[in-house]
Amino acid sequence: MILHRDDDPTKRPVLVESGDFHEVTQIISAPTETKFNLTWGILLLLSGSLLCLMLGLFGYLFWEGTGVWGVNVPVAWGWAIVNFVWWIGIGHAGTLISAILFLFRQRWRTAINRFSEAMTIFAVMCAGVFPAFHVGRVWVVYYIFPLPNQMSAWPNTRSPLFWDVFAVSTYFTVSVLFWYMGLIPDLATLRDRSVSKIRQMAYGIFALGWRGSARHWQNYERAYLILAAISTPLVLSVHSIVSFDFAVSKVPGWHTTIFPPYFVAGAVFSGFALVSTLLIIAREVFGLKQVVRLHHLDNMNKFMLLTGSLVGYAYAMELFIAWYSGSIYERFAFYHRALGDYWWAYASMVTCNVVIPQLFWFKKIRHSIPITFIITIFINIGMWFERFVIVITLHADFLPSSWGYYKPTWVDIWTYVGTFGLFGTFFLLFLKFLPQLAIAEVKGVMPEANPHHAHTAHH
Amino acid sequence: MSHATPAMKAPKTFGLLAEFGSPADVYHAAEKIRDAGYKKWDVHSPFPIHGIETAMGIGDSKLGWIAFFCACAGAFGGFSLQYWIHKHAYPLLIGGKPMVAYPAYVPVTFEPGILFTAFGCLLGMLVLNGLPRLYHPTFKSSNFKKFSDNGFFVSIESKDPRFNVESTRSFLQSIGARNIEVLED
Repeated sequence: MILHRDDDPTKRPVLVESGDFHEVTQIISAPTETKFNLTWGILLLLSGSLLCLMLGLFGYLFWEGTGVWGVNVPVAWGWAIVNFVWWIGIGHAGTLISAILFLFRQRWRTAINRFSEAMTIFAVMCAGVFPAFHVGRVWVVYYIFPLPNQMSAWPNTRSPLFWDVFAVSTYFTVSVLFWYMGLIPDLATLRDRSVSKIRQMAYGIFALGWRGSARHWQNYERAYLILAAISTPLVLSVHSIVSFDFAVSKVPGWHTTIFPPYFVAGAVFSGFALVSTLLIIAREVFGLKQVVRLHHLDNMNKFMLLTGSLVGYAYAMELFIAWYSGSIYERFAFYHRALGDYWWAYASMVTCNVVIPQLFWFKKIRHSIPITFIITIFINIGMWFERFVIVITLHADFLPSSWGYYKPTWVDIWTYVGTFGLFGTFFLLFLKFLPQLAIAEVKGVMPEANPHHAHTAHH
Repeated sequence: MSHATPAMKAPKTFGLLAEFGSPADVYHAAEKIRDAGYKKWDVHSPFPIHGIETAMGIGDSKLGWIAFFCACAGAFGGFSLQYWIHKHAYPLLIGGKPMVAYPAYVPVTFEPGILFTAFGCLLGMLVLNGLPRLYHPTFKSSNFKKFSDNGFFVSIESKDPRFNVESTRSFLQSIGARNIEVLED
């Protein structure tokens, strides 16, 4: 969809100074066409090794059983669910940037949307592996779906865990379709530029014979608009439903109505942080500084400031309501979270998520790329601790005799590290073989793309 | 495309391909081609040109209807599945909750609705556009490769009743086209 634009050059969304379509094609296609990038190779080797580590550890778990993780009653969820919620939260910025910013006509999104959509897909894959293995008998994991079986048994569709299966699998599928749809015209660009037969065939098959027809663009734009419009409520529903896994239970500290909006804000917060982290690295490695500008990073920093403050408000409100409710169990849960055995996790969470992002009030800090990079890392760590703090509330349950101190095992820790390998491997392959920015869309928001532009500019 | 007359064997002319310099040029050319009364023709561009459908005089996309139908089907299917499971197939009493606890059916009604709509959008777009179609006569032109970079093209098909290689060519020239080619089918 072409957005309404004015021709004031200072307000260009701006990607390329020359305003030449060919130059945009060149810059964005270049990383896929250059021979070999050493930094990329080293990173891929590293990610590939971590991926193998993850596969090995899942193999070990498959052989031995879920006991190799530190989970036990009462902390039956442990790191697996912490990591699941963390990764799925990260996956939220992709759709937010793609869909919501699209609907609000935010032209600067074109600099980052392809990137963050890819990130969404890979983050959801990383999230998915944890509950899949956490069920215990992963070889019958298909029981979570309503499939006809010889026992005539069906899942309980009134359970949040079942809703979660639908929410996460729908989210993954829709994200893939949305991403692929955006890729079709760009794959055609790569097809038409290719010099070797293999490249031409590979890109050509996935470009589906796209020929830039205006009649096709019309249906395409309508489909894209509808996908954006349905993805917006979808992204809000997914993390709300993830929060129902907690909120619908009767555990003090979990059973709260603030969870859905609080989880969504946190998800957007962590998602933007990781998009920023990766974008800062990629623009260095692939020389995309002309396209991903400082003001794009600045915009994202403002989003992090906003969502970080919302998360801070949610923490404060949780504490207030725990006190105001007068329920001794609720009060104990929060008192114990903040000052009990895991006080260090609560303190890390507040420091990383609420205190440090406040630095983004200062323009100097928002415009400093190294400081932004460091802050985004803090946010990612802080958001992991947030989920840890929530899940670990279980360690002091209703029965004091079962209280204990939950610790992860080495398998927990290295499996989590290994998922970075899964994410990194796919992400690096994406960076190398697919256009990192939406070529057609970047061109579409340039002032020169406006059919009425030539008159105002040259006459 | 050309199943009209099975008797014909010789390579048939698909139509004419013409290049224009900018989005503005192709936009104004489209207006003139529309006004000249052509029907079987198309504009090819690296990105959607704002308002080109008006300049070409083509109607609104039907995709919205496909998406709407899919959304209804998905939501209906999701709700019915849950109703059927709890009411008929496997009425399992859990925590004294009613079988038809419709507020609890909301998430799994909403999510399939979204899922079906998404498939409807992508597949509907492809069906309406006649894609995937890996071969097309325009691909025979090496100049046409520019459409996905910085080229703006118009193709007029020989099936158009007003089409005539010579007169259409000179018409295209008169509205500022360059690199005019005859495409074989």
